[in-house]
Amino acid sequence: MKHFMRFSKISKAFKEVPSQYVYQINPIKNFEPIKQFRVIDLEGNLVAKEYNNIPKEILNQIFELMISIEEMDNLLYMSQRQGKISFYMTSFGETATTVGTTAALQPQDFIFPQYREQGSFMWRGFTIEQIVNQCIGNHLDGGKGRQMPVHYGSKDLNIVTVSSPLTTQVPQASGAGYGFRVNGENKIAATWFGEGAASEGDFHSAMNFAQTLKCQTLFLCRNNHYAISTPTDDQFRGDTIAGKAPAYGMRTLKIDGNDLLAVYNGVKYAREEIIKNKEPFFIEFITYRIGDHSTSDHSVLYRSQEEIDSWKSGNNPINRLGLFLKKQGLRQFNDDHDNQIRKDVRNRVIAALKHGSEQQSPSIQDLFTDVYDEVLPHLQEQYTELREHLTKYKDQYPINKFKGGL
Amino acid sequence: MQLLRKVYRFGSTKHRFASDIKSTNRQKMNLFQAINNALDIELGANPKALLFGEDVKFGGVFRCSQGLNEKYGTDRVFNTPLCEQGIGAFGIGLASVGYTAIAEIQFGDYIFPAFDQIVNEAAKFRYRSGDQFNCGSLTIRSTWGAVGHGALYHSQSPEAYFAHTPGLKVVVPRDPIQAKGLLLASIRDKNPVIFFEPKALYRNAEDEVPLDDYELELSKAEVVQQGKHITLIGYGTQIRVLKEAAKLAEKDGVSCEIIDLQTIYPYDGQTLVDSVKKTGRCIISHEAPQTCGMGAELSAYIQERCFLHLEAPIKRVTGYDTPFPLVHEPIYLPDKFKIYEAIKQSVNY
Repeated sequence: MKHFMRFSKISKAFKEVPSQYVYQINPIKNFEPIKQFRVIDLEGNLVAKEYNNIPKEILNQIFELMISIEEMDNLLYMSQRQGKISFYMTSFGETATTVGTTAALQPQDFIFPQYREQGSFMWRGFTIEQIVNQCIGNHLDGGKGRQMPVHYGSKDLNIVTVSSPLTTQVPQASGAGYGFRVNGENKIAATWFGEGAASEGDFHSAMNFAQTLKCQTLFLCRNNHYAISTPTDDQFRGDTIAGKAPAYGMRTLKIDGNDLLAVYNGVKYAREEIIKNKEPFFIEFITYRIGDHSTSDHSVLYRSQEEIDSWKSGNNPINRLGLFLKKQGLRQFNDDHDNQIRKDVRNRVIAALKHGSEQQSPSIQDLFTDVYDEVLPHLQEQYTELREHLTKYKDQYPINKFKGGL
Repeated sequence: MQLLRKVYRFGSTKHRFASDIKSTNRQKMNLFQAINNALDIELGANPKALLFGEDVKFGGVFRCSQGLNEKYGTDRVFNTPLCEQGIGAFGIGLASVGYTAIAEIQFGDYIFPAFDQIVNEAAKFRYRSGDQFNCGSLTIRSTWGAVGHGALYHSQSPEAYFAHTPGLKVVVPRDPIQAKGLLLASIRDKNPVIFFEPKALYRNAEDEVPLDDYELELSKAEVVQQGKHITLIGYGTQIRVLKEAAKLAEKDGVSCEIIDLQTIYPYDGQTLVDSVKKTGRCIISHEAPQTCGMGAELSAYIQERCFLHLEAPIKRVTGYDTPFPLVHEPIYLPDKFKIYEAIKQSVNY
């Protein structure tokens, strides 16, 4: 057996440090809320000039993607109402956060999403067709039709598949970020979650692990003011979510999430800090969920139309970016051009829905594959049993809906 | 449907049974030393292997990670904060980006905060992503079973909760030689595995363990004692108890066949069925409570396939449907006398 070195112990021997004592009861009662970092105001005027540094092409690509997602979300929401897909989640009002963040990250960074990040997926190249095929669950879906709509994932784009349980991805991102650090990789693990998800225990585990173990993890909290019907007042006290992060010892930024330039600059800064210091970073984006939580939600049951409109017209990320681009001469605004972009997206979504609905579902075998890396004997047996049953009762089941049939 | 061919790892030998291992290069080790040896081998062979959990750095409360932090450094062998749900999730995240994550949960009794991560995430990671992602390189090691004085929260056998979860594998070794081979196989298996180590055997079980890098096949049960009249099925610490019960039965002229399940899920049903078709009688024994324990599953499976071969009902000799007690432990446990009595009743049915 090898000779093992003596286990080196960190000394916790008592040392008197007079400066750590006070002699009156003075509890911590209030604290200054962290302010939101902002670069452009509500009318798109530059208020922090040194951050006007994003290349024109990128700004225009971001703008066009934001309006494209708005069109796509509109159509897919309606297509659920028409019964073409079973469920959908829009991202109205939040795309500056998702698109801006992903544009500021590197392609090799892993993203661990929650469920409202079509902006992240599409910035990296996830197509309308891929989105529609996943929502339909046909054999072209990369997820093999296993999950409800909006549960996208892409190995090629380094975006880990969405799962319904909330917040579970956040401490997983701590683990991934740890691996990147100990292997010296120029990669971070960036994870999205809402202000409601931050109430889960997994949030606390994730933050504590990430800072204590020094993980290359970027925490991205999107505070859109509602967790389904639950407003932030019923969710937490204290200085929103960002206020919790310094208590873990973590570097923290709060950002005006409807300000694309602030989002981009803040995330770029955070990423550099993570790689440089080999420590996690926390960002909270303050934004607003203009749409319903999902197609199963009817948000006017718990909030007023006036409230929604106050954000939709008063603090809208697309409007603010558009006004900035116009005022800075970074984009030629041409109604025909932008309407054409929206029309092209609509046509593409409609075509994808038509094409997607004509496709078969994944094969019957795909009920049993990927449970393990191989189809194990007990699953082979169950598959054989199912085949026998389907053969015997073939008229009772939509066999031909499945690719390859029986 | 074709099964994919297994890729053999350079430097490791794979066996079905420990008796197949020809190596004379052995050393006397107890269970925790065998586990330590397995971990040392994997950390040495695989630079992406990481070992972590509560108190892992100084060597572990059961000494399983003794010396490994000194040898491999704190980046690879480290303490986590005291948070089982975090340990589980952290391991899943590491595995999902290609690291071999060996996560330790100090007591199986405390695995439950990680239940959501294990059942909803680890088990389903590959399936739900259409095989784009997986956390196959995750292994969760945890301690398991009665220890004499552990009571409710240091004695539990939680295998049944996880055996009910497709996508997981669950393994329980019975002695040091099995433990080393099964642990290496579990770590290298391309699916998340929960490896329960019988804490009562950490010091008490000793054997001449081969020093080589070897693996024992998962999902293969082992007939540890051949017999004619009745099949006794168990795993972990309970194998010793079955052997003692078999000795008592032998005096009555009853020859018992004893099978160690080894992999609890997915289990090797064929070996069980072959045996019961031969003997016609079966007893399944485990410390875990009776209702919905592994005994229930195996009884159902065996009677489906061996109905016409059975000479007596399949009997389960298990813990009672109570939390694990302290002072009542000696009468709670499914001991050799309870099993012997069940053997007599079965044989005389």
